Amino acid sequence: MSTPLKPGQGPLEYARRPWIIILFGLVLIFLYAPIASLIVFSFNVDKSGVWHGFTFMNYVKAWHNEAIFAALTNSITIAILSTVFSTIFGAMTALTLWRFKFPFKNIYEGFVALPIVVPEICMGISLAMFFNYTGMMAGVRDWIWPFNLINIVFAHIAFCFPFVAVVVRARLQGFNRQLEEASKDLGATELQTFTNVLVPFMAPSLVAGGLLAFTLSLDDFVITLFSSGPGSVTFPVKIYGMVKRGVDMQINAASTVLIVITLAATLIAMKLQAPSKTGH
Amino acid sequence: MVFFIIPMAFLFVLSFSSKAIVNGETSTTAYDYFNTFGNYIASAGTSYLVLLWRAIWTSAIATFVCLILAYPLAMAVCFAAPKWRPILLLLLILPFWINLLIRTYALYSIFRSTGVVNQTVGLIGLGPYEMLNNTTAVIMGLVYVYLPFMVLPLYSTIEKLDRSYLEASLDLGASQARTFWSVTWPLTLPGVITGIILVYIPCLGTFLTSDILGGPNNWTIGNAIQNQFLEANNWPFGAALSFILLYATFIALVIRALVAGRSKGVDA
Repeated sequence: MSTPLKPGQGPLEYARRPWIIILFGLVLIFLYAPIASLIVFSFNVDKSGVWHGFTFMNYVKAWHNEAIFAALTNSITIAILSTVFSTIFGAMTALTLWRFKFPFKNIYEGFVALPIVVPEICMGISLAMFFNYTGMMAGVRDWIWPFNLINIVFAHIAFCFPFVAVVVRARLQGFNRQLEEASKDLGATELQTFTNVLVPFMAPSLVAGGLLAFTLSLDDFVITLFSSGPGSVTFPVKIYGMVKRGVDMQINAASTVLIVITLAATLIAMKLQAPSKTGH
Repeated sequence: MVFFIIPMAFLFVLSFSSKAIVNGETSTTAYDYFNTFGNYIASAGTSYLVLLWRAIWTSAIATFVCLILAYPLAMAVCFAAPKWRPILLLLLILPFWINLLIRTYALYSIFRSTGVVNQTVGLIGLGPYEMLNNTTAVIMGLVYVYLPFMVLPLYSTIEKLDRSYLEASLDLGASQARTFWSVTWPLTLPGVITGIILVYIPCLGTFLTSDILGGPNNWTIGNAIQNQFLEANNWPFGAALSFILLYATFIALVIRALVAGRSKGVDA
C-alpha cells in the first residue's frame, strides 16, 4: 500500500506547494507595497519617510496648485477626446477587417497592429518629428484651450485606436452572421441592420475598448512627453518634472487620485469584457 | 479607414527620411533626405555602444529574473482551484494598469536614502544604505514594471496545456523535474518566447526607469534618444539611434515568429 498523499503533495497540485505559495506572497508584496506606501504617505504631514500624523493637507494643496490642477484637467480632457475618437475609428477598423475581403488585407492588418508593437519612444519621436515638420508643433501653441492640446490628442488617438480595434474585433468573431441575414430578410435596410443588430452586439466591446483607450491615454507618458509643446503639460509629464526636482507629498496625493481613476476604469472594463453568457 | 494608413505611412516615410544629416550648421529645420549613413556610423562610436550594450544586458538580466519569477506564478495560477484563478491572475496583472511613472516614483520613494526601507532597517541600527543610482536598482525597477507582461503569455499557454501529457509522463515514472524539462517546458516554449519579447523590447527602450532609479551613470540607449531629442537637439542622430532600437524590435519579432512556427507547442 502506498502512503496517502497529504494536501499539496498531489502530482499536479502545484498551486499548493509551500514554496510556490511563499513566492506568490513575496511577489505580491513586491508589487503592491510600493504603491500602498505611496498612497499611505500621501496622508502624511511631512515629506520624510516616517509617519508623523494623518492629514488631508496634501490633497488640498495639490488641488489648489494651479500647475497640477491644469495638468490634470489637460490629461482628462485629452483622455476623453481621444477615447471618443479612437473608439469610433477602432470600431470602424474592426468592422472593416471583419466584414470585407480586400487586397493587401494582411498588410493593412499589420499596419493597424503596428503601434502596439513599436517601442513607445520610437513612436513618440516619430510623432514629434511629424508635428515639427508639418508646423503643427509651433502652429498650435497659441490656440485657445483646449485646441492647443490637439497634437497630443492626435498622438493618443494614433496609439489607442489599435487597442480598441483588437477588442472589438475579438467580440465580432462571436457574431452570428445569420442574425444579420434574418434582419435583412425581415425587410430591414442595411443601416437599420447596422444600428439595431450589429451595434447592440458590439456595445460591450465598445465600452471596454473605450475604457481601455481612456486608461492608456491617461497613463501615457513617453509619447506625450515628445508630442507636447511647451505650453501643454499633461499630468504624467508634470509629475515627471516634479519627481526630477525631488520628493513632494503633493505628488503622492495627485498620483493617488490618478490611480483611483484608472483602476476604476480598468475594473469596469474587465467586468464588461468578461465573456457574457448571452450573445453567442 | 484609409485615413489612418496615410498618416501612418507618411510617418513611416518621414521617419526614414530624417535619418539624413542636417545641412552642416546652416539649418535647423531642413534636412537632406536619404543621403548618408553618417548617423549610423556615429552611433557606432564607443560611448553609444556602451549605452546600447548596457541596455542589452540590463534588459537581459531583468527579462531572465521576470521569467524565473513568472513561470512558477503562472503555474500556480493555472493549477489553482478554478474559482481562485481569475482573482489570482488579476492580482498579478493589476499593477500593469497603474501609471508607469507613478510606479517608478513609488519604488524611488521607498528606496531613497530617507525612504521607508531605510527607516525600517534604521530602527534595528543598520543603514542607511544607498539603494538607488546603481544597476541593481534599474534591474529591480524593470522587473517591477514589466513582470505582468511575462505572467500573461505564460498563463495563457500553460492554461491551454493538455494536462494528460503531464499525467502520462508522471505515470510512466518520470520525476517532476524530468517531466518539467521534457514535457512542460518544450510545450510552453512559445509562451515563454512571447513573454521574453514582451518584456525585453520595452526594457530595451526604457528611459524612465534608468533615469529615475539609475541616475546618470546608468543611462541606456533610451536616455540617449531622449537626450538627443529634448536637449542636444540632434534629431537625425536621435532618429538613427531609435531606428537601431526599432530594427532590434523587428528582429526579435521575426525570431519569435520563426521559433513559434517551428515549435509544436501551444501558441500563446
